[in-house]
Amino acid sequence: MSPEWQTVWLTLKLAGITTALLMVIGTPIAWWLARSSHWLRQPVAAIVALPLVLPPTVLGFYLLLLMGPDGIVGTLTNTLGLGTLPFTFAGLVVASVIYSLPFTVQPLQNVFSTVNERMLEVAATLRASPLDRFFSVVIPLARPGFLTAAVLTFAHTLGEFGVVLMIGGNIPGETRVLSVAIYDHVETLEYGKAHLLAGGMLVFSFLVLLTLYLINGRLNNGNLKS
Amino acid sequence: MKATAILAHFRTGFDRFQLDVDLHLPGHGVTALFGHSGCGKTTLLRCIAGLQQCTGQLTVNGDTWMDTNTSLPVHKRPLAYVFQETSLFPHLTVNGNLNYGYRRTPAAQRRIHPQQVIDWLGLSQLLNRRPDRLSGGERQRVAIARALLTSPRLLLMDEPLSALDQASKRDILPYLETLRDSLDIPIVYVSHSAAEVARLADYIVMMDQGRVVAEGGLQETLARPDQPFALEENAAVIVTATIREQDSRWHLCRAEFDGGSLWLRDDGTAGPGSQVRLQILARDVSIALAANRDQSIQNLLPARVMDIAAEQRPGMATVRLQAGETSFLSRITSRAVNQLGLERGMDVCLQIKSVAIVE
Repeated sequence: MSPEWQTVWLTLKLAGITTALLMVIGTPIAWWLARSSHWLRQPVAAIVALPLVLPPTVLGFYLLLLMGPDGIVGTLTNTLGLGTLPFTFAGLVVASVIYSLPFTVQPLQNVFSTVNERMLEVAATLRASPLDRFFSVVIPLARPGFLTAAVLTFAHTLGEFGVVLMIGGNIPGETRVLSVAIYDHVETLEYGKAHLLAGGMLVFSFLVLLTLYLINGRLNNGNLKS
Repeated sequence: MKATAILAHFRTGFDRFQLDVDLHLPGHGVTALFGHSGCGKTTLLRCIAGLQQCTGQLTVNGDTWMDTNTSLPVHKRPLAYVFQETSLFPHLTVNGNLNYGYRRTPAAQRRIHPQQVIDWLGLSQLLNRRPDRLSGGERQRVAIARALLTSPRLLLMDEPLSALDQASKRDILPYLETLRDSLDIPIVYVSHSAAEVARLADYIVMMDQGRVVAEGGLQETLARPDQPFALEENAAVIVTATIREQDSRWHLCRAEFDGGSLWLRDDGTAGPGSQVRLQILARDVSIALAANRDQSIQNLLPARVMDIAAEQRPGMATVRLQAGETSFLSRITSRAVNQLGLERGMDVCLQIKSVAIVE
């Protein structure tokens, strides 16, 4: 595989794994944020939103310290015999999950808060247990939100740069993702190669978002009729 | 008189509202929870279902659903609940909605099957439609069918007709009567419509401000002159009668009840021998000291004054009278009570201006 394709593949793999993990991790968090009236709700919402406002370098810096040999997480992973996470693909995944968390949680939280409480009560009177209600009522009704969350998370992870640079460096085949490669090409004045990657990313991102809007438009029209 | 099958004692409060009830309801037929909006009737129904947090006790046909130590979660209570407004799952077809509860009911507990309710409620043409392609009345019929398919031991209905227009109500009421007559489970029916209660209920619970103000069989409760439920304008009694003869010349028929007969307009729906429920509004009943045939009112009945109660509104009084075993209410002015010298035990003549068949 050419180094260019290796970079593209690595980037897609990172975004895919991150999106899959976040769908699993983000769904309960979003559900809790949308339904709970616990006093911790606002603090947790603020923490989840932090990656939106923090410079990625700040996030990357603290993740580097945490996951490094002297950090809490680093000590733990070392004790477990996993080594340390910085400058590995696994480290990038962990960082991306944290970095993209709000892009999963916020659309899901929005759609969950629109799910009519009455529908859940109806399901309960029809013998559905709480977990059953979630899978048979909430998820089908929240489909547009899941689609939005997945696409935004995927696209946002594709464009990650600062965090990757701080904790992943630039190891081909391991942590060298698209954005870093483009930066490298520009640094070394290889504008042609930079164009190829940057242009490809531009077109790809546009197509992804266009698809999202087209599908959501259709789903929303369907919902309006009901 | 009635076997207590549902014992419900609840206390709950939120905002400035307090619910505090202690009820013993019959184990069969339709019990109507009746009262103005905000009186707590829906909250009471939600307490029975387990949808509303409350403390107390609930026993249904010998099974404890709630006491001081335990409270079954909603999905473990063998009940069905029909909500006021549309509650169909928008992501499922009619068939999918019907099967939602049926699939979750253990096979051994299924006593009601899809084909049965599809016939009862006339749904065979609708099965593949989406809820957004149904009329209001059709949606409510599907919701009722879906609820029944869990083979409930108790059916709770929260104003199932209130969101419907008049035509849909007329369309769906016969289906509810079919259910009342073919199901052997108790139905608790919340309503603020005197007409629906008169037509469907056997037992009635009047509520006001979170408390039960009156309960009992339909006829004796409606005939209470103190009007605990402040019906006033719409106060009425229900008389069960049998059609005895038809007069084709004047399009009238004679309905006989315990205490006399009434002539009413014959609209051809009830033949001789059939049982009917008659609704007689208190404002359509006047009182004369002696039978006066020299007037347009055709229905004159000898009766005895049992009670006279002043209404909350000054100047009006409700009089309860009895003809045979049947109670009537008459709503007249306090001045008329005074001028006629009405008092308990007096024998008078009832003049009934209009009678409506409610069933």
